[in-house]
Amino acid sequence: MANVITDETIEYVGILAKLELSLEEKEQAKKDMASMLDYIDKLGELDTTGIEPMSHVFPVHNVFREDKITNGDDRENILQNAPEEKNGMFVVPSTF
Amino acid sequence: MAKQYETVIGLEVHVELATKTKIFCGCSTAFGGEPNTHTCPVCTGMPGSLPVLNKQVLEYAIGVGLATNCDITRNCKFDRKNYFYPDNPQNYQISQLYLPICRNGYVEIETEEGSKKVGIHEIHMEEDAGKLIHDEWDDCSLVDYNRSGVPLIEIVSEPDMRSEQEVIAYLEKLRLIIQYLGASDCKLQEGSMRADVNLSVREVGAKEFGTRTEMKNLNSFKAIARAIEGERARQIDLLEDGEEVIQETRRWDDTKETSYAMRSKEDAQDYRYFPDPDLVPVVVSDELLESIRAKQPEFRTEKMARYAKEYDIPAYDIEIITGSKRMADLFEETVAICGQPKKVSNWLMVETMRLLKEQDMEAEDIRFSPAHLAALIQMTEKKEINSSVAKEVFEVMFNEDVDPAAYVEEKGLKTVHDEGALRKTIEEIVAANPQSVEDYRNGKEKAIGFLVGQTMKAMKGKADPGLVNQILKELL
Repeated sequence: MANVITDETIEYVGILAKLELSLEEKEQAKKDMASMLDYIDKLGELDTTGIEPMSHVFPVHNVFREDKITNGDDRENILQNAPEEKNGMFVVPSTF
Repeated sequence: MAKQYETVIGLEVHVELATKTKIFCGCSTAFGGEPNTHTCPVCTGMPGSLPVLNKQVLEYAIGVGLATNCDITRNCKFDRKNYFYPDNPQNYQISQLYLPICRNGYVEIETEEGSKKVGIHEIHMEEDAGKLIHDEWDDCSLVDYNRSGVPLIEIVSEPDMRSEQEVIAYLEKLRLIIQYLGASDCKLQEGSMRADVNLSVREVGAKEFGTRTEMKNLNSFKAIARAIEGERARQIDLLEDGEEVIQETRRWDDTKETSYAMRSKEDAQDYRYFPDPDLVPVVVSDELLESIRAKQPEFRTEKMARYAKEYDIPAYDIEIITGSKRMADLFEETVAICGQPKKVSNWLMVETMRLLKEQDMEAEDIRFSPAHLAALIQMTEKKEINSSVAKEVFEVMFNEDVDPAAYVEEKGLKTVHDEGALRKTIEEIVAANPQSVEDYRNGKEKAIGFLVGQTMKAMKGKADPGLVNQILKELL
């Protein structure tokens, strides 16, 4: 494998993704990430001179909605997704 | 000699757009709904839901860009800004990093040294976050997603401003342009316009910028001015003491007039932007651009020129009235009903401005209609009510949006035109106040004022003061 993921990198990515990994899981993740990067590096072998960067593979653009209200009050259904609710709101751990 | 410092300021201004629905779903943006009653799977970030761009958001953003001399990005797209925070249900905010809709513009502001251009780096479209309410009782936070997905544009200026006066002139200019476009009401206090201030100081003549801080939570022009003053002083003190300014986000506390460093939303500020795969690119065609250009309203400068030509009112009145879109609309609509531009202007310039100031309101908060103001002016013109009654009625109309004609009728405020009755009252007043009569006859002109006052009081304010004066002078 050409790419090497350091302990610091895996720690940092873990923080960003809010994941707590065991030592074993970290080792496995390091290997997985390295092989993913190797795979992506294949693309570097292509000559992309003069090609516009793209973010979508389909030639579709300009999908719009008109500015019309189509949704009503669906609170009861939406709150089914809350682990806990209070006064019609989602309850989450205290944030400042 | 003490070192001389220069303040360098750039602004990030968020403006909530006046659309009926959210940026990516058909939920209402109306203010004040019960918590979470304006939500759906899209704006609460449910898996599998798909966002679709509200076309009006794009049109408003382009409209603002054209009015601020920007280049419009003809191929633009949306990106995800990733971070974890409960006000953001998707764990990313849909925004624009790589290809913002507008770039490279400017607005002109008036400063003491003449007019100056403030550059606009970019304007991008994005979605607002939900609202967090801290629950002290249960020591938890409650989330209301009604604001989640409300459309915003963020206008990022170049670091071109050097004082709080320039910052406020810039904000007022932006606000006026956006209000004229009808793209937002831009109320700082209610948060439909929010400004973050990026500020650094450097020695006069230095080429490099100093380290900047970003200040948040500024919800009035006064708070912005105080925060700039406070932050400039804090940074200069640090430098004078040989310390360094740390690049950080600070929160301004306007009641304590001090700022403090905010804890970052997470330990690592790394947003890992990438193109949003759920939203297809936006291509701005010539047709779309031209149709938006054609719909651009008359802006202030053109309006001022037209007023000067069409209406016989002083330049000062024009300046004040066109200083607010709401005022200008009220003026034009009222004149269209009753004519009399000077009278209409007077009501707006004097009584309306006085009440707005007294009640700490903005022109956008005015509730009375042009039809009612026109009716009041017509009643005064026909001498159905006198000017002091008109002022009294206006105040009620301003506060409670009543129909002035109905109110005058109901309260019996119409001027009494029965000259016989008036003459009789005045004769009684004259007879009861021999001292004032004598004073007047001895050359004390002012004494007549007292007699007019007594007459008006006896007539419960409903007499025509001109007629009262005329009869009094006859009798004396």
